[in-house]
Amino acid sequence: MDSSEPLPSGEPDDRPAVPAQRSDQDAYLRVDDLRVRFDTSDGVVRAVDGVSFSVDRGRTLGIVGESGSGKSVTSLAILGLHDPKRTTITGEISVGGRQVVGLADEEVRRLRGRDMAMIFQDPLSALHPYYTVGRQIAEAYRVHHPKANRREARQRAVDMLDRVGIPQPARRFDQYPHEFSGGMRQRAMIAMSLVNDPALLIADEPTTALDVTVQAQILDLLADLQAEFHSAIILITHDLGVVGQVADDVLVMYGGRAVERGSVEQVLRSPQHPYTWGLLSSVPSLHGDADADLVPIPGNPPSLINLPQGCAFHPRCRYADRAGSRSRTDVPELRPAGAAGHLVACHLGEEERATFYAEDVASVGVAR
Amino acid sequence: MTDEPLLRVRGLTKHFPVRQGLRATGLVRAVDGLDFDVRPGETLGLVGESGCGKTTTGRMLVRLLEPTSGSIEFAGRDITHAGRRELRPLRQELQIIFQDPYASLNPRHTVGRIVAMPLQVNGIKPPGGIKARVQELLELVGLNPEHYNRYPHEFSGGQRQRIGIARALALRPKLIVADEPVSALDVSIQAQVVNLLRDLQRELGLAFVFIAHDLAVIRHFCQRVAVMYLGRIVEIGDREDIYERPQHPYTRALLSAIPDVTQLGPAGRIRLTGDVPTPLDPPSGCRFRTRCWKAQDICATEEPALVPRDGGRQATACHFPEVAAPIDEEVSS
Repeated sequence: MDSSEPLPSGEPDDRPAVPAQRSDQDAYLRVDDLRVRFDTSDGVVRAVDGVSFSVDRGRTLGIVGESGSGKSVTSLAILGLHDPKRTTITGEISVGGRQVVGLADEEVRRLRGRDMAMIFQDPLSALHPYYTVGRQIAEAYRVHHPKANRREARQRAVDMLDRVGIPQPARRFDQYPHEFSGGMRQRAMIAMSLVNDPALLIADEPTTALDVTVQAQILDLLADLQAEFHSAIILITHDLGVVGQVADDVLVMYGGRAVERGSVEQVLRSPQHPYTWGLLSSVPSLHGDADADLVPIPGNPPSLINLPQGCAFHPRCRYADRAGSRSRTDVPELRPAGAAGHLVACHLGEEERATFYAEDVASVGVAR
Repeated sequence: MTDEPLLRVRGLTKHFPVRQGLRATGLVRAVDGLDFDVRPGETLGLVGESGCGKTTTGRMLVRLLEPTSGSIEFAGRDITHAGRRELRPLRQELQIIFQDPYASLNPRHTVGRIVAMPLQVNGIKPPGGIKARVQELLELVGLNPEHYNRYPHEFSGGQRQRIGIARALALRPKLIVADEPVSALDVSIQAQVVNLLRDLQRELGLAFVFIAHDLAVIRHFCQRVAVMYLGRIVEIGDREDIYERPQHPYTRALLSAIPDVTQLGPAGRIRLTGDVPTPLDPPSGCRFRTRCWKAQDICATEEPALVPRDGGRQATACHFPEVAAPIDEEVSS
């Protein structure tokens, strides 16, 4: 089949694809058809290839994917942190009604830190080892509050350290990052990113480097702070368990594209995309049959330079043949599936998917 | 499994001196008195948070580190302070798989050479030749034997970990120490490697000491589990005991802290406050008492012994162990 041909008339799902403009115009963060490309000596890397989503204040969006799925590149694009000399960004990103794509450096910098902030995976590389923790937080405050004097900034930083649960904040203010434990450093970084009350917080694997008991503390803290400051949060992670615990909505990415989107209930309880099924069945769980084999996804994540034609997941998908040759020629669009608001990019028909899921995935007992 | 243990560890201790200039200023008590056995074909999981001493323990077991005190017996022989020459024949039976598949393979050697190395070093001439044996091993771990002449950078992370596994299997070992073998891999790849290790374990009857911070991975691999905290084992038992009837407060907290895909929304967790104390100056008495909600005066003065509670398979080092309550009740309350 020629890839330029329209979809065959036997298309099992004839509902329209999601229009580029979604109805939630007034969401705090709106990302529309975002594309990020890097030109490298090996070829063009299409790191993000047409992703749309929105996050409202007070809501948490979990972005899930493996390495190379484009989840971190998406968040760096929102923050305007890509080097414009090497990167081509198209599409729309609106933060609090303002366009970020194409905005001058100076203006993005003004948004960054005040309206949106980021929490990185590794606080040790995000905090400068040469300056005290307190000084770095106070400086982040003064950049956006030029009228604040040194004493006010210090007070604000001490308050924030206290708010994120660091004991003896006034004493801790004068210590260096290496004097903090891993969990305390992550708290300090959260304090720094929240010092200007940003409405949008992007957390990129914020707990991956931490031990589970400390991870639990940090996730609790983020939830408390969100309730208090009513911020919109994007949580990027590979851990479906973390997503299930803190996210309201979930976006599953694969090969730079969104393959499934919906509420956390929808995506984790009645997942629609074979890749999401694969993720759920390959994660070892604390419940269920410990002697049963895990069901891995065969093969490896794709190279973004040389993405498979058609559906990027088709070489690893056990149902690819069931969708006919389309899976190798056409990129499936995100379409409504199941309950309202649930979207999936898959060539399989809804009934076929329901059958496969019931027979092959739900019966294994991992995804309940 | 009534046979003699393959590995018998008693009072195993490793202290690292901390020096400032030439003066020794302190001791990091990385591992402080471990007792456990591993029977032939048995899989023991060592689980704990960073700094609990699990990696140091693994390195002592294969004698990449010299223990400060205590003893390690392997197949009836004391190897605690065995020298290089004595260790060589033992290395054939005792192998290690490392966490980082990128750092543990020599980038300038072909895969064939990497996997053949243990055979050559030990002067082993397999019937049919080294190349045939190496290709057999590559096939065993699910790699294409024709990739014999490729270099590590041509493989993905999961495939590199398979190369490390093939190398560990080259000498037909009896015990493999696997130090976080899947934690550097993507989730979909993790499952492939866990399944591979499980198949090999069953097929070849290998004993494993499986070191990991991930309790869910341990549950899918190990028959017995030892939970470590600050250089000590706080609880050891069969998988069902540890996961269904944990008795030590730390085991309970650790289990309840894991976000599980099968549970949505904020979980009722046991919230531990603070961080793990420094092993330079561990708390007196029970080392967990500074974070324990059940701690009493006795916990600060007397170190609880690791004692079996019921019938001897499950042992807990706690003055106030949970006796019968299944874990779900406490978590939901």
